[in-house]
Amino acid sequence: MSRLKRWLADRWVMGVALLVLGYLTLPIMVVAGLSFNRPSSRLSYDFNEFTLDNWKQPCATSDMCDAVVRSMQIGLIATVVSTLLGTLMAFALVRHSFRGRSGLNGLIFLPMATPELVMGTSLLALFVAAGVPQGFWTIVIAHVMFCVSFVVVTVKARLSGMDRRLEEAAMDLYASEWQTFRRITLPLVLPGIVAAALLAFSLSFDDFIITNFNAGTTVTFPMYVWGASQRGIPPQVNVIGTAMFVIALLLVGATSLRGRRARRAALAVVATPAGKP
Amino acid sequence: MSALAHVPTSAGKPAPPPVRRGRSRLLPYLLLLPGAVWLLVFFAVPLVQLASASLYDPAGSLSTGYAMTWAFGNYPDALQAYWPQFSRSFLYSAIALVLALLMGYPLAYAIAQKAGRWKNLLLVAVVAPMFTSFLVRTLAWKTILSDNGALVGLLRDVHLLGPDGRLLATPIAVVLGLTYNFLPFLVLPLYASLERLDPRLLEAASDLYASPLRAFAKVTLPLSMPGLIAGTLLFFIPATGDYINAELLGTPNEYMIGNVIDSAFLVRLDYPQGAALSFLLMAAILAIVFVYLRRAGTEEVL
Repeated sequence: MSRLKRWLADRWVMGVALLVLGYLTLPIMVVAGLSFNRPSSRLSYDFNEFTLDNWKQPCATSDMCDAVVRSMQIGLIATVVSTLLGTLMAFALVRHSFRGRSGLNGLIFLPMATPELVMGTSLLALFVAAGVPQGFWTIVIAHVMFCVSFVVVTVKARLSGMDRRLEEAAMDLYASEWQTFRRITLPLVLPGIVAAALLAFSLSFDDFIITNFNAGTTVTFPMYVWGASQRGIPPQVNVIGTAMFVIALLLVGATSLRGRRARRAALAVVATPAGKP
Repeated sequence: MSALAHVPTSAGKPAPPPVRRGRSRLLPYLLLLPGAVWLLVFFAVPLVQLASASLYDPAGSLSTGYAMTWAFGNYPDALQAYWPQFSRSFLYSAIALVLALLMGYPLAYAIAQKAGRWKNLLLVAVVAPMFTSFLVRTLAWKTILSDNGALVGLLRDVHLLGPDGRLLATPIAVVLGLTYNFLPFLVLPLYASLERLDPRLLEAASDLYASPLRAFAKVTLPLSMPGLIAGTLLFFIPATGDYINAELLGTPNEYMIGNVIDSAFLVRLDYPQGAALSFLLMAAILAIVFVYLRRAGTEEVL
């Protein structure tokens, strides 16, 4: 009896979980569906008629593609800068002792806990007070600012989980500091840095609130969608949304496959008796 | 010092790095400098600037310039003018948080404890919504909740909605949108906590005649507290400051404080008021977080 009850309890939780997952995935399916839709009017959000036109001509509204390209440029620059700054900070935090550590931790943690609205408006207040014209570069500055903390946290997690004895072994075998870093430390930390960079890019590409306050007349993809939602959304927006989703999914699939293969390769190395190829 | 560093420590802690004097002492500061300066100049200094903008003379304008008059009156004025939107922000995000907990806890529990080899796939499904644009996803809810959509039709047929009843442009739509958009932030930390939960503890509880409900209250819930606290904060902070859902799924009747701040800075160009509201929002959120952390940290939560 109690076993039956527990069986039911198991299925009950799983059932609710699958319903919630449905709630989480429904909008993506709608976006994918709408990318094949020919809307009846500019302001209609309802499904009307199947068409492939949106996919054949994703840039029919050229403003939108300009905005996508601009978002990618901003995302790439912000990713490179924030990954560099954040990785250096993560190394200092994990590997070195210095004065002012707790203050610095606060400075890194606070941007992640502050509402975007507050960061966006305060940067706007600064740029206006300093007379800095707003546009492409103020967006980049803002994006680097909120990405750095996430990079630090991600790289730090990878670094502190690393076995220091591998580096000590390299040094004991007369590798120079640089060689040790180049051949041991960097390859081991690289997955963390790559993950941090991907996170930074996706944060930057998708940011609306902070960007909206600091963009001037520059239009990024989220800002284009925001503006278009008042004038009428071109269906190609859903093409971009679907394409983003598919690309991200492929990236995740590829990294998890690589991880599995690497683990299997490592097992094979361990299983092979020493001295044999 | 550098010789000692190579002696393995017995405490199981990793040995400190072999330090070379001179350059090494400066190295951490050099590594930290660019990032720290960036955060100082573009995160900390702007907050100070926002604080001082909130005390500007409200009679000034962007074109004539603002005079610093320590106008503390901006705060009560702004709060009085926009109290409905201010309180609505917290009300909506609180309701959304309750809904998210009701949905997110079973989901996180199922993935952590029941999913077996499907665990990774389900986790990807949780974060998958974040793979595509926030705004595009939110707009998809316009289609789902549309007056001509299947959902509204169904609810009208079973008389949960009147014949002219709507979902879109109502508080329900905004709260549903908030719940949807920030649910993954709640589920992920909760999952991380529940994943470490040893199922044998639950077996022990049931062996000792605890009902499933009691076992949940006495074992599962307390052990998941760190994830629950992190998750509720990661949900609540962005949800309260959000105004995209209110704008796209609601009407001016559902506007939250973000909509007001956005228009204060970008449309009405009333910087002192916008800055005062921004600061009030941050102060209110910080106060709630502080009280919440103290209560959750010091009291045994049932």
